Amino acid sequence: MALDDRDQHKQNAFSRRAAILGGGQLALFAVLAGRMYYLQVIESQQYEILAEENRVNVRLLPPLRGEIVDRFGEKLASNRQNFRVVLIPEQTDDVAATLDRLGEIVPITQRTRNRVLKDARQKRGFVPQTVAENLDWQTFAEVNIHTPNLPGLQPEVGDTRHYPYGEDLAHVVGYVAAVSDKDLDGEDDPLLQLPGFRVGRSGVERLLEHDLRGRAGNSRVEVNAYGRVIRELAKVPGTPGEEAVLTLDMDIQRYATERVRGESASVVVMDVTTGELVAIVSAPGFDPNLFNVGLTQSQWDALTKDALNPLVNKTLAGQYPPGSTYKMIIALAALEAGTVSPEHLVTCRGKVSLGSHAFHCWKRGGHGPMDMVRAIQQSCNVYFYDIGRRVGIDKIEEMSRRFGLGTQVAVDMAGEKPGLVPSRGWKRATTGVSWQQGETLNAAIGQGYVLTTPIQLATMAARMANGGKAVRPWLVRSVGGRARPVPQAESLNIAPEHLAVIQQGMDAVVNVPRGTAYRSRLPLEGVAMAGKTGTALVRRITLEERARGVLKNDQLPWKFRDHGLFVGYGPVSDPRYAICVIVDHGGGGSSAAAPVAKDVMTRVLTRDPMRLAAYQQRPAGGGGNSGDVSASAAALSGQG
Amino acid sequence: MVLEAISRSGRLSLLDKLYEINWGVMLLIGAVAAVGFVMLYSAAGGSIDPWASRQMVRFGVGVGILLVFAMIEPRLWLQLAYPAYGFALVLLIAVEVAGTTGMGATRWIDLKVIQLQPSELMKITLALALARYYHTLAQERVSHPLYLLPALAFIALPVVLVLRQPDLGTALLLSVVGIAVIFLAGLSWRYIIAAGVAGIAAIPIIWEFLHPYQRERVFTFLDPSRDPLGAGYHTTQAKIALGSGGVWGKGFMEGTQSHLNFLPEKQTDFIFVMLSEEFGLIGGLTLMALYTLLLGFIVLVAIGLRHQFGRLLVAALGVNFFLYVFINVAMVMGLIPVVGVPLPLVSYGGSAMLVIMAGFGLLMSMYVHRHEELPRGGRLL
Repeated sequence: MALDDRDQHKQNAFSRRAAILGGGQLALFAVLAGRMYYLQVIESQQYEILAEENRVNVRLLPPLRGEIVDRFGEKLASNRQNFRVVLIPEQTDDVAATLDRLGEIVPITQRTRNRVLKDARQKRGFVPQTVAENLDWQTFAEVNIHTPNLPGLQPEVGDTRHYPYGEDLAHVVGYVAAVSDKDLDGEDDPLLQLPGFRVGRSGVERLLEHDLRGRAGNSRVEVNAYGRVIRELAKVPGTPGEEAVLTLDMDIQRYATERVRGESASVVVMDVTTGELVAIVSAPGFDPNLFNVGLTQSQWDALTKDALNPLVNKTLAGQYPPGSTYKMIIALAALEAGTVSPEHLVTCRGKVSLGSHAFHCWKRGGHGPMDMVRAIQQSCNVYFYDIGRRVGIDKIEEMSRRFGLGTQVAVDMAGEKPGLVPSRGWKRATTGVSWQQGETLNAAIGQGYVLTTPIQLATMAARMANGGKAVRPWLVRSVGGRARPVPQAESLNIAPEHLAVIQQGMDAVVNVPRGTAYRSRLPLEGVAMAGKTGTALVRRITLEERARGVLKNDQLPWKFRDHGLFVGYGPVSDPRYAICVIVDHGGGGSSAAAPVAKDVMTRVLTRDPMRLAAYQQRPAGGGGNSGDVSASAAALSGQG
Repeated sequence: MVLEAISRSGRLSLLDKLYEINWGVMLLIGAVAAVGFVMLYSAAGGSIDPWASRQMVRFGVGVGILLVFAMIEPRLWLQLAYPAYGFALVLLIAVEVAGTTGMGATRWIDLKVIQLQPSELMKITLALALARYYHTLAQERVSHPLYLLPALAFIALPVVLVLRQPDLGTALLLSVVGIAVIFLAGLSWRYIIAAGVAGIAAIPIIWEFLHPYQRERVFTFLDPSRDPLGAGYHTTQAKIALGSGGVWGKGFMEGTQSHLNFLPEKQTDFIFVMLSEEFGLIGGLTLMALYTLLLGFIVLVAIGLRHQFGRLLVAALGVNFFLYVFINVAMVMGLIPVVGVPLPLVSYGGSAMLVIMAGFGLLMSMYVHRHEELPRGGRLL
């Protein structure tokens, strides 16, 4: 060995230090190995989840919305294919040029164009932008043919809500519209976050939103760090929404709608024993499809500024003075309270005075002597002033409530107004002034404070027709094949003989000469309708005008004309359907509302020929009471 | 011994030298590089282009450099030590004057043919210069303060220049390599302990000199969730990739984090994460084992050499190599802040690959001529 001692010394020193350094390096590598063990074994599961979250994106697949059908399965709200064109900006070099070329086939508004151009710049290139939707088949086919010349554009087929009957059913079925912030309150359904998703905004669509909506499906896709979809991993189709069957009969609904077209009117037809609503028409309607697509400002303005109030469902939210249709309530209140008997006579001389104020009958010369049946038949105000004053407002209020006035009666409809049945307590609470007797007189002819809705009046008529059972109107027969429970109608505990007097009066209104709706009796053999006309004043008749002669309705501007009302039921012998017709500013009830009721009731009763035959075979056929009324009329005229 | 006699006369033929090369270690180096090729193939989504092919070419060039360097006798390296150091220093100054800026830092010098990073070159030349310095210095003077100063100057000059670029990582690397050489040369423990205390005390002062982006890195390291989509994104995604790899990994080319681009820089600095995601703990530990074997070989070579120059040079190269591996792996696992240090032989990148292979060339030169001695004085054979 030729190494000198000095180097030997150096080498030994180096080796010691090198060993220390090497040991340090090994220790640090051990730390790395420990860290690897920690991350890849101990914490591995947590990171696996995080990696999956990174990689997998869940895309919601909107379910098909449940259909709404009438009692015979006729589709009232369904889904139709929505032909649309989307733009994927990264697939075209020049978004503006592509839009220009598409513009030659489909008109593109400047607003849409600006939105697409902006989104194309700001969002990632693979995010599709909707350029045009709800195209008709022709246009869509044309776009399809031209796709080779339209880089970046993709024709797509989606689903959208469709209302085949358009405005005829807008108020009942309602409509769907884009999700608003309010819808998101307290709702965690991720579907609501989906762009383009629609929720029920009114009517049945809103009431049954949760049943109709269905459950979202999903598609699990693998995405990269920039969000681009690489492939689909799994797909779970959504559960479509459930089908809702309504109690409506679309044939009647359509007929009634047609009958009042052009008017501002409401028609409600309901089953008197079950409460099923057969038709519920608020005219004019609006096209619910517009709300789904999205209204333009001018369309919205046209709807809100229309004097006929197409957006209001008048059957539920229209509050009218009941006018003379309220007189049955006064009569029943008086009979039930024992204040008067049906034979109680009042002689009508055209007006009565209370203090300094005169209360008029509609017939200037007066009706002469009136009993209860005739007073109803001819709608004599003076008779009801008399018995109304005798029975008092408290009994009237109580009886009104028993017949569903002043409260929401519909079982399953939203947006119903309660109307108003005035009482002493109410008057004091709202005005601070105590109840005046003159106000009782006004109430006795359905004027003054009393407010009712068409559905309440139909319900009132139904309860009078069905022998005094507290039936309530309802609309949804079944959802998803499960029948909804039929609400049980409790008895109102009204003496049958008293109800019979009312029914007799209502029969006479339509079926006995001089009845206010005699001209509107049914053109059917052996089947009749009973009812009561009403005229609600929307203006005050001044003394001066009364002196000159009350202006006829056709002399007045439309908005000052009276509302025409009619409530009724049929067939008289075996009541099955109740009806309420209100024609806003249509003039008197007998001229404006009763003819509509006649036509609609005729349609209802002849809808099923078998059933019509059954009505006709009843021994006590329609108009069976007319004989009695004639007799009593003869007796009265003998006296007078 | 015959070989010993021959070596002393310095008359090994070229063939003899080739025979003397440790081909086992060459295989080890090749294995590590092959791991890189495989991962680069995966990173490109199952394609040899653009990374794996170029990396293979570079590795080929690297092997050539290694073999050429291995043939050169240590005494020539001894002679070249100071000039090489001086050359690298000049290049560093040139960067300061005429360097091109990339990623916000001026680190490159454009030689038209290749882009040279002088700081990489400096890692080798600093080791050469320091080894030579201590080779000639008498053992008893190593701990003398006066003789410590030149060594510190050798370190400080390039460190200051590199800091100006600014490149904190390389400056730290150079410092640690230089200090390691001084330590191995036998500096008294008193200095070492004193320096350690001073170093800890200096941390607040260094902090003041850090650039905002460097401070931000430290903050982000301490709490990656601070900025999960910004600076902490790298660390967070790397940990997710590693952790989700588990023990056995997701399989070759099945790494979701890397293939879906959640993992940044997967072909360069974060290639270890990709390996660990696709081959799991087993894959990561296997690569670490290969590195450990290489480092063990380096230490054995160093201890067996008969001259201080070789020992210190080899040990310094070993420390350098170790630091690369440690810093890179610790960084991707979130143990230290993110600094741009590649995984040697594996990460995609030309400069680092050539420097590493040149280092192995020097090492192999020492190994091939391990029976030779080098006189301490200025006299050269």
